[in-house]
Amino acid sequence: MRTILRILLVAALCSTGTAQAVLNIEITEGMEGALPVAVVPFAWTGATPLPHDVAAVVSADLARSGRFAPLALDRLPARPTQTAQVDYAAWRSTGAESLVIGRVRPREGGGFMVEFQLLDVPRSQQLLGYSIPATANQLRRVAHQISDIIYEKLTGERGAFDTNISYVTEERGADGKRTYRLAVADSDAYNEQIILTSAQPIMSPAWSPDGRRLAYVSFEEGRSGVYVQEVASGKREKVASYQGINSAPAWSPDGRHLALTLSRDGNPEVYVLELASSRLTRVTENWAIDTEPAWSPDGRALVFTSDRGGRPQIYRLSMSGGMPAGAPERLTFEGAYNARARYSPDGRRLALLTGEGNRFRIGVMDIETGNLRVLTESRLDESPSFSPNGAMIIYATEIRGRGVLEAVAADGRAHQRLGLSRGDVREPAWSPYFK
Amino acid sequence: MKKLMAILVLLSGVGLFAGCAQQQTTPTEPTEAPGAAAEQAPGAEAAGAETERGFAGSPLEDPQSPLSKRVFYFPFDSSEVSAEDRNIVAEHAKFLAANPNASVVIEGHADERGSREYNLGLGERRAQAIERLMLLQGMAKGQQQVISFGEERPAAQGHDESAWRLNRRVELIYSGV
Repeated sequence: MRTILRILLVAALCSTGTAQAVLNIEITEGMEGALPVAVVPFAWTGATPLPHDVAAVVSADLARSGRFAPLALDRLPARPTQTAQVDYAAWRSTGAESLVIGRVRPREGGGFMVEFQLLDVPRSQQLLGYSIPATANQLRRVAHQISDIIYEKLTGERGAFDTNISYVTEERGADGKRTYRLAVADSDAYNEQIILTSAQPIMSPAWSPDGRRLAYVSFEEGRSGVYVQEVASGKREKVASYQGINSAPAWSPDGRHLALTLSRDGNPEVYVLELASSRLTRVTENWAIDTEPAWSPDGRALVFTSDRGGRPQIYRLSMSGGMPAGAPERLTFEGAYNARARYSPDGRRLALLTGEGNRFRIGVMDIETGNLRVLTESRLDESPSFSPNGAMIIYATEIRGRGVLEAVAADGRAHQRLGLSRGDVREPAWSPYFK
Repeated sequence: MKKLMAILVLLSGVGLFAGCAQQQTTPTEPTEAPGAAAEQAPGAEAAGAETERGFAGSPLEDPQSPLSKRVFYFPFDSSEVSAEDRNIVAEHAKFLAANPNASVVIEGHADERGSREYNLGLGERRAQAIERLMLLQGMAKGQQQVISFGEERPAAQGHDESAWRLNRRVELIYSGV
């Protein structure tokens, strides 16, 4: 089965006064096994249109997860907004297992109250209902929270829609000048906020485990340096600017160490920087390019990319107290080129970039079995990053000459493009749950 | 490079000045080329001749010199310098040895395929391959600086081999000449 569902949302961006942006959400494949649901547009009684269509955001979230197949709006048999209006027999005929209805109403003293119910269609009963207050700015965020509530109720697993992503954009002006930006946005790439603008490249954003800081690479001094910036305040410091390459920062799960790549000794090697003391420990030693470290969720291993075997492959190094314990072991054997691995939150899988010939795609490897599953079908994919619940992966790809972000269910079931308009978009990093 | 530009400006200034001076002495022929005018006025000869050559005295600016080639290309995921490029790199090393005040930034780049951080390493490896050859051929240690930009600064914008082959490169950027 191959279903193409296209939802075009035209949304006036929130109070910042940003011009209208078009988000084209395209779900192109793999709806098989997804639970049919219906999300009815929420009632709104106010005089002026709402800044965001809450139900549309919820519907797009659920579809993106690959776990749900929301009915297209033109297939809804009715548009109830209260439980009393629901004719369950009519909904059973659509095949929808669950039904979401809701209302947004103005709140005294400003803002809104968003109310919704999740209904079980076969059993003709309410599963849950909530009222959530929101300001105009918070409406999209509330929509993501509703998605998380529904997701958790129906799957038994925690949702990750109300989280953030960070990514890098590059824009070329008419004069050929390039502008690089480091952005933070909602998990669906909306509500973009720029936290760094530079005329020189920016690379490799990495969230701290508490979600409050981002480490990244900036070439603002004409060469690479690693910086750590507080997301809320914008306060930042340079943590590595040695001779040669300073790049690929990766936070340890306890937030106390930063693994990174330095070539100060002649070629790229992985180091661990203890942030409090600025103490550096070199953890790889090889003539090869050793880079792209990532910590296992328990902090007891680092994976990294190395071409010590001739081509880039993924290796794992056991760690103990920020120090290597033993020699690196090679993890990837399938495919000519495997790089930039990221652990799943449960530590059992790696999302990585896998290349064969001229095709570079996103794969997920089971660490235990070594079995590699390719999730994407395009040719220039890169930078996979797991959602904090491990259910989805966001990555960058190139479409018609432009870098865009896409999300895919970690089992490969659904792809969704997160195509906000401006410039080349790349290197998405999904935030942890905000602590 | 700045100094070189200064020389060029100076030389063209001399040429202009010579032309102006000539115009003053021969007001009836204002459209005359400086070179032709110089033949009539011995004091302006040198300036006229140099302007016509259009060459500022640095072999870096001579299109006939091997030193005019300052970009070297590489195969995919490789830092191997071609035999032809090795000869040119050797000329650059000799030039730097002969011009101890000159310095060079060796910039390494990669095409967009593969991971960005690996490509940063690959760009550095390419730049270091050129650097090593230059050090072997007499460039003094300290005259050079290696910087990798990986795939972050492509020379060509496309997404196929026609662009990729132009982006897998090392560029030499001189200063102090």
